[in-house]
Amino acid sequence: MIAAVGNGFILEGVRQLGSVAIFLVRLLGECVPALRRPRLIVHQIYNAGARSLIIIMLSGLFVGMVLGLQGYELLQRFGSVEALGTAAALGLLKELAPVVTALLFAGRAGTALTSEIGLMRATDQLTAMEIMAVDPLRHVAAPRFLGGLLAMPLLAAIFSVVGLYGAQLIGVQLMGVDKGVFWSQMQGSVGLRDVTEGMVKSVVFGIACSLIAVHEGYHAEPTAAGVGLATTRTVVASSVITLLLDYVLTAAFL
Amino acid sequence: MRANRTLEIGTGLFVLLGFAALLFLTTQLPASGVKFGAPKAGYHVSAEFDNVGDLKVGAPVTMAGVHVGEVEGIRFDSKDYKAVVSLRIDLRYNQIPEDSFASIETQGLLGGKYVGISPGGLDSYLKDGGRIDQTQSAIVLESLINKFFANYSSKGGGDSQGKAADNQSKAESKK
Repeated sequence: MIAAVGNGFILEGVRQLGSVAIFLVRLLGECVPALRRPRLIVHQIYNAGARSLIIIMLSGLFVGMVLGLQGYELLQRFGSVEALGTAAALGLLKELAPVVTALLFAGRAGTALTSEIGLMRATDQLTAMEIMAVDPLRHVAAPRFLGGLLAMPLLAAIFSVVGLYGAQLIGVQLMGVDKGVFWSQMQGSVGLRDVTEGMVKSVVFGIACSLIAVHEGYHAEPTAAGVGLATTRTVVASSVITLLLDYVLTAAFL
Repeated sequence: MRANRTLEIGTGLFVLLGFAALLFLTTQLPASGVKFGAPKAGYHVSAEFDNVGDLKVGAPVTMAGVHVGEVEGIRFDSKDYKAVVSLRIDLRYNQIPEDSFASIETQGLLGGKYVGISPGGLDSYLKDGGRIDQTQSAIVLESLINKFFANYSSKGGGDSQGKAADNQSKAESKK
């Protein structure tokens, strides 16, 4: 019986994976036609990006400040606080900015996407569109997917820059690391490659998080409880997938 | 229509900010030579070194450990095969003797290089466009170690390390 439950569980997981994959292919097919209605996409960039700006900048500032403090603490033990700029920049660019942005995105924008689409499903709006021969995948799902996808790298870049100034605030103003050293060491050892790595990561996270959010909403059970459940699943799945992909991408870039 | 306008302005601002951040990351972080912002005030002095090690643009210039300016540029002089380092020194430190001595030093064990200036004794001071004649190059740790081991093995290797170090310092003082 346990085996049967186990089998059911595994089968359910495989079914979910297949469902997401099929959804992705259908969504990608609708993305090009969706580009002909840029207004819808702009609206979604606003929802996912512009309205996440405050939380991203605030988090970036504090993450940068903590990095400055912890980095200083650590480097001081080896008598090389001059490397603080490098440490902060690499940490932010390659890891913290893409990952933390994706986690915040899942919580801030992903949940909104899922519950919005889920509620459309629950109130039969999606069905109504289908009856009117309006493809909801093209007019509802694809613009939201594209909006999230485009917003994520920009949010991560903003996070990095704000974080760097946070680290500088602590390192230079508070701890007294030389400002010129802070920036010149950073510029000397951070390459364009590191920037690219961070950006590739955040594009991939953007695809994953937006896809999960839209998929969960689109396939939510059309009840109040179903929408709630789908929203929870979005956050859990997005976070886990982000961290997993982060490991894979880091290994790939080494 | 009104709501639409705010939406478009908000999105525009967000995209602008995002691309500004991207531009900053791609041009300012890797040392690309593209610099934003007005150049800082100060006067410029050059110094020639045999070897600058891994001195970088932006590294601090210090006197008695106090930050007085920074390295503004490093270029190679193909005539006498030396590195020409241009230094920007804050205007308020305008009483540095002309015969001062510039050396490239290391911060900590793993730290970056910086330029230290030790004052000379002349009454005339360095001016904008001036030159520091007396310089000492960066100490390259590897060549120092090489020298030490070359010395050590030429002495037969039977010596204790302490003795070898002793010889080394004697050899140095003879020079």
